[in-house]
Amino acid sequence: MSAQSTAIGVSSKRGVWGGGNEPLKASYGKLMMWFFLLSDIFTFAAFLITYLATRVTYPAYAGPADSFVGSNQYWPIPELVFEAVPFLHGVHAPLVFVGIMTFILISSSVTMVLAVEAGHRNDRNDVVKWMLWTIVGGATFLGCQAWEWNHFIHGTDAGSVLTYINGLNQEVTETVFGANLVVNEYGPATFAQLFFFITGFHGFHVTIGVVLLFLCFYQAAVGVYDRRGHYEMVEKIGLYWHFVDLVWVFVFTLFYLI
Amino acid sequence: MEIQQNKSTLEVTPRNDEKIKKIWKTAGILLALTIAEFIMAFTMDRGILLYALFIALTIWKAKYIMMEFMHLGDEVKPLFYSIIVPLIFLIWLLIALAKEGTDIFNMRW
Repeated sequence: MSAQSTAIGVSSKRGVWGGGNEPLKASYGKLMMWFFLLSDIFTFAAFLITYLATRVTYPAYAGPADSFVGSNQYWPIPELVFEAVPFLHGVHAPLVFVGIMTFILISSSVTMVLAVEAGHRNDRNDVVKWMLWTIVGGATFLGCQAWEWNHFIHGTDAGSVLTYINGLNQEVTETVFGANLVVNEYGPATFAQLFFFITGFHGFHVTIGVVLLFLCFYQAAVGVYDRRGHYEMVEKIGLYWHFVDLVWVFVFTLFYLI
Repeated sequence: MEIQQNKSTLEVTPRNDEKIKKIWKTAGILLALTIAEFIMAFTMDRGILLYALFIALTIWKAKYIMMEFMHLGDEVKPLFYSIIVPLIFLIWLLIALAKEGTDIFNMRW
């Protein structure tokens, strides 16, 4: 890509300060994607460490797992909160659905890396094929997350009896179903707040990722990258997509396992 | 007409089976580690040991994703370190907020 005649490899089209040279042997776009991801790592790490810090301010649920009831006096055990699966109403299947979601997202990361590999070989057909699979995986993950949120918000059949301060600043004791930002049937209010905030922010990243994947898929399919002479855009969007998967690995451990 | 002009002018290199095999192997490792976490969640007692194992396995998975999928290991060393070294700030954040959280716990309960 870089001109061989100049010592630092400056592209004649863009110049030294226009992104034409390649410091650290990575193109301008790839370098900036990495530094953007570094800043995003800090954002997500701050959220997740806040989750941990908030979690240790509450006692953990200590009783036997089969007699668990939600309360805002202790932090819930995740496998007793996330135990529902679509179409199997009332079946206790701890972590099964989130396991499927994790599998889908990791698979889409694999198909993405295969698309990047095909891009290195300038193989348009393979890029298009693997990008399409990645889009399918990403969209399926988003659909699963929508169901997960829906279930979390509407809650279980039984609900839990909680004493809390409602939106009108009155202390009330009543049966609570599901979750909102004031109260939830699973645990302290911050539990649901952090769940909405962190998985929501991750879901927002996935949504943007799917849009970028689609643009990349389209451009690859109509031959934009062939005319450009390289498939680096697949690689850059791939970096972003793997990052989304990377964050999910941590969200999965902190929210669903610990 | 548009489609005929659309024919690729770039030379397509044939698939490198070894590279593709390595990708699937990494995927297999990620899957195996996730399954291990799953089994541990249901067979081991909750406590500091289990949590430490979960976090160790998670960082192990993160390493595979960054090194193999994001190819950070193949970049030049200065780029590698300029991404990895800033992450030491997170260790301090973790220590500071964990201390803060335990102090709030002691005051509240």
